[in-house]
Amino acid sequence: MAHEGISTAEVTVRVNGQSRSADIDTRTSLLDLLRDRFRLTGTKWGCNQGGCGACTVLVDDQRTLSCLMLAVQADGREVTTIEGLGDAAALHRLQEAFIAHDGFQCGYCTAGQICSGVALAGEAAAGVPSVVTQDLRAETVELSVEEIRERMSGNLCRCGAHNGIVAAVSEVYGS
Amino acid sequence: MSMMQRATEALNRTLPDRDVDPLTTARRVVGQPVSRVDGPAKVTGGAAFTADVDLPGMAFASLVPSRIARGRIRRIDVTRAAAAPGVIGVVTHDNAPRMDTPVLMTLTAKGCAFIDVAPLQDDVVRWNGQAVAVVVAESQECADAAAHLVHVEYDADAARTSFGDLQSEAVFPADVLGEPPEITRGDVDGALAGAAFVVDEVYSTPQHHHMAIELHATVARWTPEGKLHVWDSTQALVRTRHSLAHAMGLPEEDVTVTCRAVGGGFGNKTVWDHQLLCVAAARVTGRPVRLALRRKDAFRMTGGRAPSRQRVALGADAAGRLRALVHDSVTGIVHENSPEQVSVPARHLYAADTYRIGQKKVVLDVVPNASMRAPGDSIGSFALESAIDELASRVGLDPIELRRRNEPAVDPTDGTRFSKRHLIEAYRRGAERFGWQERNRVPGGQRDGRWLVGHGTASAFYPYIRMPGGKVRIRITADGRAIVSAAANDMGMGTETVQVQQAAERLGLPIDRVGFEFGDTTLPESPIAAGSAQTASLVITVAAAAEELKKVLLKRVPRRSALYGLKPNDVVYRDGGLRHAGDPSRAATFEELVGEAEYVEAVGSSPMLPLEFMKYSMHGYGAHFCEVRVDAVTGETRVSRWVACIDAGRIINPKTAASQIRGAVIMGVGSALMEEGLVDRRTGRTVNASAAEYHVPVHADVCDIDVIFLDLPDPLTPMGVHGVGEIGIVGVAAAVANAVYNATGVRVRDLPITLDKIFTGSGAS
Amino acid sequence: MREFTYTKAADAAEAVRLAAAGARYLGGGTNLVDLMREEIERPTALVDVSGLAQGITEHPDGSVEIGAATRNTAVAAHPRIRRDYPVLARAIVSGASGQIRNAATVGGNLLQRTRCPYFYDVAARCNKREPGSGCDARQGFHRTHAVLATSAHCIATHPSDMCVALVALDAQVHILGPAGARVVAVADLYRDPGETPHLETVLGPAELITAVRLPRAVDGAVSTYRKVRDRTSYAFALVSVAAVLRVVDATVADVRIALGGVASRPWRARVAERELLGAPAEPDTFKRAAEAEFRSARPLPDNAFKVSLAPRVVADVLKGLSG
Ligand SMILES: Cc1cc2nc3c(=O)[nH]c(=O)nc-3n(C[C@H](O)[C@H](O)[C@H](O)COP(=O)(O)OP(=O)(O)OC[C@H]3O[C@@H](n4cnc5c(N)ncnc54)[C@H](O)[C@@H]3O)c2cc1C
Ligand code: FES
Ligand code: FES
Repeated sequence: MAHEGISTAEVTVRVNGQSRSADIDTRTSLLDLLRDRFRLTGTKWGCNQGGCGACTVLVDDQRTLSCLMLAVQADGREVTTIEGLGDAAALHRLQEAFIAHDGFQCGYCTAGQICSGVALAGEAAAGVPSVVTQDLRAETVELSVEEIRERMSGNLCRCGAHNGIVAAVSEVYGS
Repeated sequence: MSMMQRATEALNRTLPDRDVDPLTTARRVVGQPVSRVDGPAKVTGGAAFTADVDLPGMAFASLVPSRIARGRIRRIDVTRAAAAPGVIGVVTHDNAPRMDTPVLMTLTAKGCAFIDVAPLQDDVVRWNGQAVAVVVAESQECADAAAHLVHVEYDADAARTSFGDLQSEAVFPADVLGEPPEITRGDVDGALAGAAFVVDEVYSTPQHHHMAIELHATVARWTPEGKLHVWDSTQALVRTRHSLAHAMGLPEEDVTVTCRAVGGGFGNKTVWDHQLLCVAAARVTGRPVRLALRRKDAFRMTGGRAPSRQRVALGADAAGRLRALVHDSVTGIVHENSPEQVSVPARHLYAADTYRIGQKKVVLDVVPNASMRAPGDSIGSFALESAIDELASRVGLDPIELRRRNEPAVDPTDGTRFSKRHLIEAYRRGAERFGWQERNRVPGGQRDGRWLVGHGTASAFYPYIRMPGGKVRIRITADGRAIVSAAANDMGMGTETVQVQQAAERLGLPIDRVGFEFGDTTLPESPIAAGSAQTASLVITVAAAAEELKKVLLKRVPRRSALYGLKPNDVVYRDGGLRHAGDPSRAATFEELVGEAEYVEAVGSSPMLPLEFMKYSMHGYGAHFCEVRVDAVTGETRVSRWVACIDAGRIINPKTAASQIRGAVIMGVGSALMEEGLVDRRTGRTVNASAAEYHVPVHADVCDIDVIFLDLPDPLTPMGVHGVGEIGIVGVAAAVANAVYNATGVRVRDLPITLDKIFTGSGAS
Repeated sequence: MREFTYTKAADAAEAVRLAAAGARYLGGGTNLVDLMREEIERPTALVDVSGLAQGITEHPDGSVEIGAATRNTAVAAHPRIRRDYPVLARAIVSGASGQIRNAATVGGNLLQRTRCPYFYDVAARCNKREPGSGCDARQGFHRTHAVLATSAHCIATHPSDMCVALVALDAQVHILGPAGARVVAVADLYRDPGETPHLETVLGPAELITAVRLPRAVDGAVSTYRKVRDRTSYAFALVSVAAVLRVVDATVADVRIALGGVASRPWRARVAERELLGAPAEPDTFKRAAEAEFRSARPLPDNAFKVSLAPRVVADVLKGLSG
């Protein structure tokens, strides 16, 4: 929230398909804009320092850590959060797969895991390599289990739901 | 042990056993791999965690941590902070409300705090990183910025900060979970000296951190009438209320604690300073306040797993039978309450002619350690199970065969009978699945490209615990549904799902007609979610409530009903109602029984003392098998295969239970290969206090973990169940260390097994 | 975090004009925002340069120019980079996580600051953060710290993976400042800590990195990047090696080696290169040359393992490239 004597800025972001504006303290992160101003609390945080991936959202379809992005930098951009992927009545395919494969326990890292997982498909199709990609020249990348594990490594899960998460991503986007 | 305890125990051993729960073999709902009932909420961001709570007028707090380990605050100047934009107030020891010591987590007290002094009550600094001030502002940004403006000057005293340097000052604690700190039998040193084979080594483990991804958060609101409502990421609702009520001098009924979802606990989502600081800040500012710890605060203001140094000495005869077992261990602690019970596995796993098993403590000026997933057992088993493996190679036996030869007939140290023990069966099943016969038999002998491949095994073990004193309410609504209510917690164990399942089984309903209401202290008191005890504790309490409910329902039976005049013992729950036990034609549905009323309800209490585990040796067991790959050039170690075969009684939900075991194995792999809290010996400060620097396993570190449950009920427990939350981590680090030895010929006895330890040890090229 | 004003620069010239005293350029923010939160960085103004020149230009002379605001992911995914500069693509994807690489810019990656935990903890002494306060790492935890070109005042490493590859590739950094444009080799961008570890680069006030230029790839050479770390992914390097190698008739005809995790800067292994050039492309030669590079190492108790680990990794990487 903006307060007297504080540097502020007006931002407009398209969030889950809807244009939303706010007058904010320039220090506000995209994470806090989403959670505290827009009350989209599905996006979580576990460190506020880029070390856990819980705050992952899609910015212009690219997975991004909302804790390290200033809200002012999101001005004019398209943001998709977990709430924009599906709801309890109409789950996204990956959300369904997470339930089927028990891809979470406490559910706290889950929004970040799912946003990350959803972004993998686009990255693989664009040929973005990973450290385990053998053939760098291939136009697209097949999402093997090994590729999925490496690419999902920026999302920590302390409950240890890794097997279920990888199985879910693999079922929906895997090769 | 006190005289009183001894007397109770003696008496108790002569008492008859409780009847076996008739539902021990039921399979309609229990035993089914049901998907989590809270799944849709959790995957859509709909589940409400503490930091998601938004109250009108809510202000935000930020903490100022101390920079010394011990001493006094000479001067604290809050002028600049108080004048900073957006700041509402600053709380220090000068203006904090008086607070009493929060009630500690002990076997007998009903609290769950680990720090035995309330914060901001004096100018004393007790550890490095302890909060010395709270800044409250209109936004988190303003609070955090102003916290940097609080100026503190200290008079530092010499502090006890290095566990390693203070080993010579180790002394015995008063007890270890009510047991003597050291137990002995026979002339163990003599037996050791005369043994055909001896292993005598020291193993060490560092400080570990829980690192739940959800950071601790509290929201506190005082009502105009002076009542307190706290939303808190706690794994012990009722104990948190008790601790806070006592600290604030309030009657318990004036305090409500709410927690619908916990983002991981593992033993550390209990009461620390921050809840009291938040409550105090709300009192001083007159505003509802949210206090969420930063990651570095969670490292420095809440406790992890204590460091340990453990000598294990084993003496065996020519056939590998243990003639002597020594486990002399030391852990670092702050006070008596949490001695990190590393000596427990050695008390129950092996038959040995003579033994000395005990543990000492080194008292430190650090944040008190908490319980962390299988406290003590996890790291104690690292030492014991590594040593057993070392002995097996010395004797030239398959480590499983060595264990078989030392399998006790009764509990090896207290002589009680086992309620059930299927350890060797777990080894047999696990070995078969893993292909143990085809393992690498020569250390350093198996190579796959750049990788050295090795195999290791170790035992899992965890005591059966049931917490006494819980209550559960069952309400049957007019449409024939059941709502089970208890102030329980779900931090990811699948509580809601499992409770729905077991209650559905008990009440003869399908699961979609049962709801479980939890997460608020206005519901009937439930015990802490700890010690892997919540499930068993709730199962027995639901059973008690269901019996009470029968009475209530039968009272409502009209004269014309087929059930008229029947006693509770005559009827069973079946097909959405009650039925005569012997005559299926005499039945009534819940709808009929509730009739015109909105609902009918009954409350049941769990039987008080869990006496069964004084009379019997009650533990879960298991066998871990793993394959590791060690880079022959760098020493980088990857776990590539895992089989865990677990003997933890009857499994209510194999899907969520397997996830519990997997999670525990992964945490164990973290402790084996990477987790290490670095405490600077000069300052007592945790140096790697960040999610990026304190490494926990990432996806790329985790292979498929194959979980087998023996699924054999314990006849003495409700529904035959044991807890499954902690057993899975016990033995994991040892299994990895044993596999690393098998792969490389290098034995690492100091966790974590980082590449520099392997590499300087092996000189492989 | 202290307060700051925020402006988005329309082009490089405007960015330089806007960058008054106390201002910092903002790329993806993945390092700067974190450091501002800790109040290790306290700019009063941010000039957002993340919207400036992005993308990759292929020049007729075979060189490739990468705009400073190009995201790390975009560089690694570019077909030309994947084909001709695999060492760079592999180095980039060895760093951080997919999310961070999507946000991180080339300019920001070059100028990211050390991850020494004492630098990050404002309660600790650190000459880099607070000149003259001392170095807590030397007597404290320094297992991950530097062994080459350290000083009594600082033993921190430069944490980047990408920059190690850039140094091996002889990349050039294009700079625009109040006094005009200039070009420096990436290898010369960084300073050794000496007595002034807080001065990390040769950049002057308000100087902006506008692009990085990769010289034409060495014909017939192969290249790769190998990172050794404490967990499989999402961890900084203990030791990393970027290598470009061309072997003709079993003899080393061209070799460039750069190392990460061992020095205060991405370290060009000139000593090893000199020993290797013209020598037989054999494991023994590789090993001896790599060890020669570490003769000047000044290890401390906890990081001494790097002195034996790094040469083994170098030798192994060269063996892989030559085989
Ligand atoms: C948890 C975590 C793990 C990481 N792991 C790795 C890793 O393994 N390997 C690795 O290499 N990196 C790693 N990183 C670091 C990451 O690569 C850097 O944070 C990133 O590259 C910085 O780029 P940026 O654009 O976000 O820079 P910013 O944070 O925006 O800026 C960084 C610095 O560069 C300056 N700057 C930015 N652009 C320009 C310009 N054009 N001209 C002049 N100055 C400029 C800024 O003023 C600032 O001082 C990790 C980061 C995190 C948070
Ligand atoms: S909260 Fe953003 S990475 Fe942890
Ligand atoms: S499900 Fe709890 S942290 Fe991943």
